[in-house]
Amino acid sequence: MQNQPYYRPLRENDFYADKRSARPIIQGTVARGHLEADTYFYTGKIGSNDGDYMPFPVTAEVMARGQQRFNIYCAPCHSELGDGNGMIVQRGFKHPPSYNTERLRKAPIGYFFDVMTNGFGAMPDYAEQVPPQDRWAIAAYIRALQLSQHATESDVLPGEQIAQQPPPGVNVSPPFDTQGATTAAPAPAKPNAAPANGGEAKP
Amino acid sequence: MAQVFHRSANTIARASIIGVVVVVSVLLWAALEVQRSPYATYQNVAQAQPVPFSHQHHVGGDGIDCRYCHTSVENSSFAGIPPTKTCMNCHSQIWTNAPMLEPVRESYRTGQSLIWTRVNDLPDFVYFDHSIHINKGVGCASCHGPVDKMPLTYAANSLQMEWCLNCHRAPEKFLRPRDQVFNMRYEPPSSQNKVKLDDGSVFTDQIALGNELKHRYNIRSIEGITSCSTCHR
Repeated sequence: MQNQPYYRPLRENDFYADKRSARPIIQGTVARGHLEADTYFYTGKIGSNDGDYMPFPVTAEVMARGQQRFNIYCAPCHSELGDGNGMIVQRGFKHPPSYNTERLRKAPIGYFFDVMTNGFGAMPDYAEQVPPQDRWAIAAYIRALQLSQHATESDVLPGEQIAQQPPPGVNVSPPFDTQGATTAAPAPAKPNAAPANGGEAKP
Repeated sequence: MAQVFHRSANTIARASIIGVVVVVSVLLWAALEVQRSPYATYQNVAQAQPVPFSHQHHVGGDGIDCRYCHTSVENSSFAGIPPTKTCMNCHSQIWTNAPMLEPVRESYRTGQSLIWTRVNDLPDFVYFDHSIHINKGVGCASCHGPVDKMPLTYAANSLQMEWCLNCHRAPEKFLRPRDQVFNMRYEPPSSQNKVKLDDGSVFTDQIALGNELKHRYNIRSIEGITSCSTCHR
C-alpha cells in the first residue's frame, strides 16, 4: 500500500535499460499547445537577426516577474545589479560582462532572449529552466537594470534627488556610481520605470 | 475441609488484573512510539546519496534560490529533481576535477540518470501537490525545515498524517506572505519582528497574519482541507 504499482514523476522502472519511467519524447513530436508557430516569441530573431521589440506589452506585472526570475536564475552569476559579480563568479566561474558595457547597452532586446535560449560563451542555455514568457520578462528587466545604472539627472522624477551614497543597508561595490539610479528609493529599478528603449511592445 | 485458596489469593487476583491492563497499555504505547520514531519515519536521518550534495553550501553559502533547481515547484505537484545539466551549469567550470563530482560528470557524459535516494517519501495513497501549498503561502521551510543548514539532506518532519493535520487543522499558525515562501531566513511575526504585506499592513502576531492571509489567499474551510478525500483521492 505504501508503494503502489504506478509511476510518480521520475520514479525508477526496471523495464527500460536506462531505468526511466518518464520516456524521452520521440524526435519531431509536437505536444498540444507547443507548435511554436510564433517564431519571434520563441527565438527572439527576425530571420537571422536579433529583433528589437517585445512580443507582448510590458506592464508592471511583467517587470515584477522579470525582476523575480532574474534574481532566481541570473543573479547567481550576473548579480542583482547586473555587473557580473555574482556569488558563483566569486567562487570561480568566468566573469560575465556587465550589462552596462557599450556593446550590451546597444544590443537589441532579442539578443538577450537568444542568449538565454541558446547560451553564449561560458554561459549555459536556460531554455529548460526558464519558459519563453519569463525569458522575455527577464530581457525587459535587464533593460531596466541598464537604465538604472546609466541614468542621468534628467531621468530623475521632479522632487527626487540623486543620493550621494547608497541608502543604509545597501552594499554597492566601489566605485559607487553616483550616476546610477540610487535615488531615494533603494530598489535598482522600479517596475513602472518599465518601457525601456526597445522594451515597448510592437504596436 | 481446608480452604482451597490462601487469603492472599484475592490480592494476587486483583494485582494480576491491573498488571495485565498495565502491561498491555505499555506495549501498545511502545508500539505507537516506535512507529512515530525516527527509526520508522527516518525523520532527521540523512540518507546516503550517489553524490554528497550539500544544500547548506548551495543555498546557505551561495544563495541560490530553491527554484533554480526545483523549477516545477510553483506549477506542478512535483517540485522537480534537476537534470544533470543543471549541475553542469556551474560545475562545467567550478570544481571540474573534484573526485566527489565524478558521478555527475559521468552522468553528463553518458546520459545516464543519477539515481538519488528519496528523502521525503510520501506513501502512494496520499495525494500531494507542491504548487497549491506554495501558492497559498506555505513556506518551503515549514515542511522541509532549515534546508539551508543541511550539509546532507534529511527529512525534517515525519510526514505522518498527524503532522499534516497540525497545519490543515490550523493553517493560520504557519502561513506566510507569498513573497516570503522561498525565503529560508524568514521569521514569523513577533513583537520584535514586524512582517509587512504588499499593501503596507504590518503584523506583529502570527495568528493575526495567518487569519488575514487565510482570507486573502482564499484558503478553504477547515472542514474542506481536513476532509478525507482532500488528500486520499
